[in-house]
Amino acid sequence: VNAEDDVAGFRLFPLGKDYKLVKPQQQVIKSLSSEVEIRYSAIHTTSWAIAVGLLLLSGCGGVQSALDPAGREAEQIAELFWWLVAGAGIVWLAVIALAVYAIYARPEAHKPRTGRILIVGGGAVFPTVVLAGYLVYGLALMPDMLTPAPEGSLNISVSGEQWWWRVRYPLPDGGAVELANEIHLPVGERVNFILDSPDVIHSFWIPSLGGKIDMIPGRTNLLALEPTQTGVFKGACAEYCGTSHALMTFYVVVHEREAFDRWLEQQAEPAEPPTDPLAVRGRELFLANGCGACHTVRGTPADGTIGPDLTHVGSRLSIGAGTLPGEPDAFLQWIAHTSNIKPEVLMPEFPMLRDEELRAMAAYLDGLE
Amino acid sequence: MRDPEPLQHAPPAEVRRAQEERLLKVWDTPGGWRYWSSVNNSDVGVWYTAGTFIFLVFGGLLALMMRTQLAVPNNDFISADLYNQAFTVHGSVMMFLFAIPVFEAIAVLLLPQFLGARDLPFPRLSAFGFWAFTLGGVFLCGSIFFNAAPKGGWFMYPPLTSGYQPGIGADIWLLGFSFIEIAAIAAAVEMIVGVLKTRPPGMRINLIPLYAWYILVAAAMILFAFPPLIAGSLLLEIERAFHWPFFNPDGGGDPILWQHLFWLFGHPEVYVIFLPSVALVAMIVPTFARRPIVGYGWVVLAAVGTGFISFGLWVHHMYTTGLPGISLGLFSAASEAVAIPTGVQIFCFIATLLAGRAMRSIPMLFTFGAFVIFVLGGATGVMVALVPFDLQAHDTFFVVAHLHYVLIGGAVFPIIAGLYYFFPIVNGKKLSDRLGKVAFTLLFIGFNVAFFPMHLSGLLGMPRRVFTYPDDLGVSGLNLTSTIGAFILAAGFAVIAWDIIRPKKKQPYSERNPWNAGTLEWLQDMPGKSWGVRSIPEIDSRYPLWDQPNLMRDTDEGRFYLPDAEEGYRETITTTVIDARPVQCQRLPGSSFIPFWSAMTVGGVFILGTYHLWWPALFSAIAALGFILYWLWTGTAQVPEKEGKDVGLGLSLPLYTSGPASVGWWAMFIVMLADMTAFASLVFGYFFFWTIHDTFPPDPNPGPGVFWPVLGAFLMVGAWGLTVLARRWNRQDRSGAYYAGLLTAVLLAFAGGAALLAGPSRSGLDPTSNVYPAVVWILVIWCAAHAVLGIIMQLYCVARRWAGKATARHDIDIVNTTLFWHFVAITVVITAAVIAGFPLVA
Repeated sequence: VNAEDDVAGFRLFPLGKDYKLVKPQQQVIKSLSSEVEIRYSAIHTTSWAIAVGLLLLSGCGGVQSALDPAGREAEQIAELFWWLVAGAGIVWLAVIALAVYAIYARPEAHKPRTGRILIVGGGAVFPTVVLAGYLVYGLALMPDMLTPAPEGSLNISVSGEQWWWRVRYPLPDGGAVELANEIHLPVGERVNFILDSPDVIHSFWIPSLGGKIDMIPGRTNLLALEPTQTGVFKGACAEYCGTSHALMTFYVVVHEREAFDRWLEQQAEPAEPPTDPLAVRGRELFLANGCGACHTVRGTPADGTIGPDLTHVGSRLSIGAGTLPGEPDAFLQWIAHTSNIKPEVLMPEFPMLRDEELRAMAAYLDGLE
Repeated sequence: MRDPEPLQHAPPAEVRRAQEERLLKVWDTPGGWRYWSSVNNSDVGVWYTAGTFIFLVFGGLLALMMRTQLAVPNNDFISADLYNQAFTVHGSVMMFLFAIPVFEAIAVLLLPQFLGARDLPFPRLSAFGFWAFTLGGVFLCGSIFFNAAPKGGWFMYPPLTSGYQPGIGADIWLLGFSFIEIAAIAAAVEMIVGVLKTRPPGMRINLIPLYAWYILVAAAMILFAFPPLIAGSLLLEIERAFHWPFFNPDGGGDPILWQHLFWLFGHPEVYVIFLPSVALVAMIVPTFARRPIVGYGWVVLAAVGTGFISFGLWVHHMYTTGLPGISLGLFSAASEAVAIPTGVQIFCFIATLLAGRAMRSIPMLFTFGAFVIFVLGGATGVMVALVPFDLQAHDTFFVVAHLHYVLIGGAVFPIIAGLYYFFPIVNGKKLSDRLGKVAFTLLFIGFNVAFFPMHLSGLLGMPRRVFTYPDDLGVSGLNLTSTIGAFILAAGFAVIAWDIIRPKKKQPYSERNPWNAGTLEWLQDMPGKSWGVRSIPEIDSRYPLWDQPNLMRDTDEGRFYLPDAEEGYRETITTTVIDARPVQCQRLPGSSFIPFWSAMTVGGVFILGTYHLWWPALFSAIAALGFILYWLWTGTAQVPEKEGKDVGLGLSLPLYTSGPASVGWWAMFIVMLADMTAFASLVFGYFFFWTIHDTFPPDPNPGPGVFWPVLGAFLMVGAWGLTVLARRWNRQDRSGAYYAGLLTAVLLAFAGGAALLAGPSRSGLDPTSNVYPAVVWILVIWCAAHAVLGIIMQLYCVARRWAGKATARHDIDIVNTTLFWHFVAITVVITAAVIAGFPLVA
């Protein structure tokens, strides 16, 4: 990431696929693969005085929007939602109009039977019919959504932990590789997420792709999703899971199959030793300060499993589970002020490290592409 | 039915004056610091309502704090930790210290007036409920000033709250709210018995004001909804304090059990809040439409139906927990279905307005605002009831918007309408129309500006309970809008607060029945007298003030029942449940500090327990027992100086009844229904663990065996049988047999409780090792605790007869004790069948 692009400070994130209502400021910042372009966009809503105006301004788009679907499940739910909005809007207007009329109408204008017809018709029969219709619509969507992906599909295990995501991909050779805080998917394929948690309840949610399912200690839940468009999206923990629940998000990158395979192959490799002297020094500091007790960097003596795997942390779009952008300065801030950035995070701070030491470690970590 | 004719002629003026003096003296509220010993509903009701409003303001200030934090992205106005405390306390306060108690408070205040009664049947119980609520509420809210507040969310999901939040916050929540829930159940008992038994003569079941119907349904729902949460809180607190792994998967427990127990409470609770608020609308709409409600029967059926259906919806809070599709589908259907009775009620109100000539007023303005907001909340409720949409919307700001539309539209706006409508009953003066309009404008605009954008911020991906959000989420503008709306909303509340507290010295008293309403509460003089009604009228209409000419004059002149207090006792009439025939002249207790001290010492057990100060807690428990026994001994089941009395109009009523004719029997019966529900929740836990484990009980079963549980049950059933016989021997005046029977029953109960405990104890079941021993232990401890209570009651009955406070004819104590033991016998037999029998068949 170039410093010049960093117009809005730390929390400047890549945005999702192109959408209609808001035209993002297009800047190609990082080429993950040939077909994925991530764009930065500084959406600044200029007016918020009127809610209606706001709706038009901010639209339905976004990296994490259920109304800007990029997956089969999300598309079906968004369509259901718009039908519901239409129905709810009509019913709401009709009931309010009726109430206003009832207030102003003269009593002589109606036969006594009218009231009873209204109660039975409007209160009982009409809602029964409409609700039955919607219920059938809703129920009809469920079997597909709840069915796991077919045999032989990709099974990605995700474990929600306070407050990050442990991710395991199966490898073509039958093994598996552990990654963290970022999920890559092939487009157009239904995949299973095998979800659990070793500590408290979390919930795994990628709004652009579909609904959420909780990650419950002692249970294993399954969520099947099928991305239909390539792009970069964001997921979040939706179940309150403690102090830094708000800072438990992750990026989702959807590629064409070929690029996905390349990405997975690359992620399965051990880390390449640094060549830059600053980064070499960073690696020494990383190992000397005991980071390896909690973190794994495959290809080095660091093999801890308490915290996220860092073998290719430099290739990720964010650090701290979606909290900071994946760039050297962010690594530096994170190591020095961990619990400022993410309150009550398990990782200790390293305030005793000198600035140049921090810079060296940041260079090393950012270089772990 | 008797003819509802008042006296042809009013008693002479000097007789009336003497009667009024005696009544005033009997119903007088003490002065000075003794004012706080008052138990009269017109005092306690006002304190109670004011208390809930203060908690509303506190919860609102927390909300403003949260909205300020969320005004801009990456804000650091408050820390994550404080934010988490704030939303936990906000939700808990609004639910447990505002929404539920405000309905009970308003009912304590108004229900006797609606029923033309002098007071509810258990005035001291109302006072106890108020003091318990106040103590518990202050304890809970105070914790946030010491940075020690609960921070597990108002839903308190374990394992977060069981193993990942050390500190006392969660204990404060679990014990503090259990205490407040017990107070809520006490109030529910009061409401139910009040509606069933203290109606005026002639108010048959089809003439009950809709308000009372709604209160009856809501109070009955409390009985069955709160015990699962109390049972769950007990399990969670035991897990926190003693590490019994009910919700810990490492010990075979399951966090999902908590969610079932919590939402078994949590969903009905929404309707416990909603129904009593609609009840206010059901009184306001006919008054301003100037005609009786259209579809009275429909409204009653819809309210009852809502109550029933609301117990079948709880899983819609758990759609995302990975339950099987078939259960999701069933609960989705039930969740849609509950919209139908709600729709019926709304259309009954619209039909009433259509058939009448609607008058504009501040109460109607707020009622209309409630319609607009609530119907939208109902519409989004229909959306989230559909599983696929909920998978997206669940735990996002969309749900925050939905629930506030439902609760503010369905409860807060109606309560404000009720405030403007009923305020003259409180102090004889109306609130300001001008300020009412200003407040409405601010509240209505502020509410919608605050909450409407949340629908969209949720769908754009903003989860609930986040202390901050990044700018790139695209919800910054929406959040700033919400924050501005929240402050406008707060300004509206400030206007109302001012309207309530502004000095009204110069304002003249309102005329009587200022809105020309048709129901009995408007009989009240302006300002009201402490006696409630001057004489208790006979009723023959749903809107007696409209349909019974001269009703106000006749009650005022003492032409109806109980126009006097010649013996110097507080009295009201109790009637039969269905057709409201008078059955007893019920003497009511007067002012006393005993409810206060009982509440403080019972509260002491919970509060000291929070700090694990077990010895002081035990001391407080003993003190509480002493206070309660003193309360019972001196204030209940008193043998009257004569058998019956003439209550006027040639009607003579007994002063003492027992069994189903008495209010005490009903109270015991109702309490035991709640008690059985809590027990059923524990048994549900046992079988829940059976469903989630392949082998449950574990194999080989280390369980309590068959011998001890069966022996325990056998002995306890023996204690029950002797108690039943003692009741009979008492009636036959065989005091020797009575004492011998009860004392033997005490020994059997003691041995039975010990034998039940011996089951898991002698087989060495370690409750910390696994959930199976833990659940067996909790069941036998539950039985043993009931044995202890039963023993205390049996000894109390012995002492009462010994002291001459109970006789062959005056047998309330033993009759109610027997009723308690019926339920204990059922509890023990079920427990033995489960812990000894089930492992044999499993």
